[in-house]
Amino acid sequence: MKPARVVITGFGAITPLGLTAGDLWSGLCAGKCGIRQIDAFDPVGFSCKLAGQVPDYKIREYLPKSRRKSVKLMSRDIELAIIAANEALLGSGLITKGIDSEKVNINPERVAINLGAGLISCDLVELAPAVAASVTDGKFDIQKWGKDGLEMVTPLWLLKYLPNMLACHIGIIHDIQGPSNTITCAEASAHLAIGEAAQIIARSDSDIALAGGAEAKVNPIVMIRQCLLKRAISQDQNDPASACRPFDADAGGSVFGEGAGMVVLENSENAEGRGAKIYAEVAGIGASNNINPSYERLEPDAKGTQIAIEKALADAQIGPEDLDLIIPHGTGQPGDDLAEATAIEAALGRAAAKTPVWPTKSMLSNTGAASGAIDVIAAVCAMTDGMIPAAKNCDKKADGCNLNIVRQTQEAKINYALCCSYTYGGQTAAVVLKKADSK
Amino acid sequence: MIDKKTKQRVVITGMGIVCPLGHDVETVWAGMLAGKSGMAKTTIFDASTFPTSFDAEVKDYDLAKYTKHPELHKDSNRGSGFAIGATAQACRQAGIDIETDAPADGIERSRLGIYLGAGEGSVDNDVFFAAIVEGWDPEKNEMDWGRWAQVAFGRMSAMRELEQEPNMPAAHIAMLTGARGPTRSCLTACAASTQSVGEATMFIRRGDADVMIAGGAHSMIHLLGLTGFNRLTALSTRNDSPETASRPFTAGRDGFVLGEGAAILILESLSSAKKRGVNILAEVIGYGSSSDAFRVTDMHEEGRGAIQAITAALNDADISYKDIDYINAHGTSTTENDSIETKAIKAVFKEEAKNIPVSSVKSMFGHLIGAAGAAELITCVLAMRDNIVPPTMNLNDPDPQLDLDYVPNKARKCQVDVAMNESFGFGGQNNVVIIKRFRDN
Repeated sequence: MKPARVVITGFGAITPLGLTAGDLWSGLCAGKCGIRQIDAFDPVGFSCKLAGQVPDYKIREYLPKSRRKSVKLMSRDIELAIIAANEALLGSGLITKGIDSEKVNINPERVAINLGAGLISCDLVELAPAVAASVTDGKFDIQKWGKDGLEMVTPLWLLKYLPNMLACHIGIIHDIQGPSNTITCAEASAHLAIGEAAQIIARSDSDIALAGGAEAKVNPIVMIRQCLLKRAISQDQNDPASACRPFDADAGGSVFGEGAGMVVLENSENAEGRGAKIYAEVAGIGASNNINPSYERLEPDAKGTQIAIEKALADAQIGPEDLDLIIPHGTGQPGDDLAEATAIEAALGRAAAKTPVWPTKSMLSNTGAASGAIDVIAAVCAMTDGMIPAAKNCDKKADGCNLNIVRQTQEAKINYALCCSYTYGGQTAAVVLKKADSK
Repeated sequence: MIDKKTKQRVVITGMGIVCPLGHDVETVWAGMLAGKSGMAKTTIFDASTFPTSFDAEVKDYDLAKYTKHPELHKDSNRGSGFAIGATAQACRQAGIDIETDAPADGIERSRLGIYLGAGEGSVDNDVFFAAIVEGWDPEKNEMDWGRWAQVAFGRMSAMRELEQEPNMPAAHIAMLTGARGPTRSCLTACAASTQSVGEATMFIRRGDADVMIAGGAHSMIHLLGLTGFNRLTALSTRNDSPETASRPFTAGRDGFVLGEGAAILILESLSSAKKRGVNILAEVIGYGSSSDAFRVTDMHEEGRGAIQAITAALNDADISYKDIDYINAHGTSTTENDSIETKAIKAVFKEEAKNIPVSSVKSMFGHLIGAAGAAELITCVLAMRDNIVPPTMNLNDPDPQLDLDYVPNKARKCQVDVAMNESFGFGGQNNVVIIKRFRDN
């Protein structure tokens, strides 16, 4: 049996540039930067005081009335995922139980959900009173915790922090009963989730899938980890808009943030049958591993990234010269950027020098498990509008980086786009998208 | 996407396990057949005042027995450490070379992938709580982040923080084996490693990899994990009798017993296994996944999602429910799971339901959470190998509502050619894998 073609029929994003995918695209086109001084908590004492935070929202407005009581079970990661999922489903023309329970036009058993999620850090302020009640002589006392502190933790506390709860809440709201998975490969998660969802449709285990990722990284625990690992910038913070500089000679590290991106994937026959607008096709996916004894960093030649790209191109049955756009992972961490550039060059050969490369994290920050999905949506928008906005903050390419970073907004007919990601720990992913009407 | 034409058959060629009943497959299996218990008082930290003060721990584990380079893994959390041991065992059985730049096992590294169901590592308790104590201002009811950061920046270890990420066990396995094929880590609560084996099977079927290192690794036996499960009232509180606390399908069941460990299966395309001339342990023939879409706190009352996943796995395997010889149940020993799982089995297996042996090995090694499904699938392979099904221990006061053949208290000889493994996770995650005795036809 020939595998089904998998197309994108809807997308939604909540990012530091706004609450919708429209805000994301118009912000990117205008060269806006979503990075600013952290106000989610007071970052005094932190070596990095910048982050990409999403604008204010009211989660209750995104929930059907019957689901509003469940907000107390939602960590911020879950909220962001729900908002992006709503937009993606609404835009696709599919009517789920959560959109209008009277007019449902999906078969819930044939819809899958496959999300990337991060390690959700607990809310220290929520936990603190219980900890404070468990102190003897100024020190945390575990026996007191077992007796007194534990009882002060809200009974369903754990359920806010299980990574699969993003998919579970969305599944409950929209009545999605098909295969469900949560990929926890940090910054490579969303691409891997989209890839897996596409395979689930290709092998006919579902007709439709909601796929993407979400992560809320702007909290003290996540931020301190990135500071301690020396992945976050530690200087030059007076001008937030110029702080994150992927592939630039003056890059000093990454800036972290929060967001969510979701796409609706669909069997092409299903999409055509209901007259849905088709934005792009998921043409190929690839995945591999970077292997490095210092596994918080990429190996110097990022061979795992190279392999993932090569596999994705082969899966799409195209050559490097067919690519019209590359969105790299490009975090702004100099060593990792150089390694990724090396891998892209190795995978693309001669085509590397001319293929436009458009890193987005200078504007969006590094949104972890969400980042890959947001990049896929950015690529789809670029394809649809036939233009690539200018990359920001790559004024002078770093030594050894020979990529064709897009310096000025340009019109471009994009038939094929490549998005790549990697993470600490080694997992890599690459996704090839094909323009909907290109043959 | 490429038309991959032929669907590859997928076989199991290696297994490894580290769990509360032992650190290798045969010891664990012998323990299960003897009905041993891995439960005892918690020793990893002082849980003496917790509502539940016992668990099922991996004891006396020595990572250095499995790797020539323990220095590469020195920061690993408990789950990653167990994953390394289980992977080393499984690779040895499957003839896969580890810790070498020049593997001679006939497997191209870009076609050797990893798929784990894996969970978080413990927070670094000392500094985690010390920083909160220092930063919290009980008068104002707010955190002074400057004081918090001073303790945290001063005392947190970058690598110990990194090791809490759930993708770390996969990172350590990649370093150990040199795997460059497709690699993923998933975390669908208690169903994660059945899902990982199922999805890894799909990679091979589709032709994206020849060999997959699949399974799970997890330890939630840490302060916040135990706290969370205790608050959910999901755990047994039979502190006076840990060995008999996990008692699936009984009237007196009062929750699961938290375990830990890792279980790894080497999945391989039949053509690769034949080419390499390795022993074939079983064939993976079916996989089904579904979600309840019901409540985050409870399973669907009629087992809707469980029924759908079981049915999907049977359809994928292209067999009838009548072909199943043994069911390894999720059987957590919670009131809810055991009765709904029983309902689901009855709904799918109809007149056959009472004739199929159904057992829960969680009665012996506890609930390995992210690693549970893979550990239980290994049990299925062994049951098939030896034609003997492991018991459900502590089944002395049957729940009159639950009337399947749960193989009470004693292992039983019976022909097993097709076995099914069920896993159901918090939030309504359902995954089922079916394996079959390998026959080359």
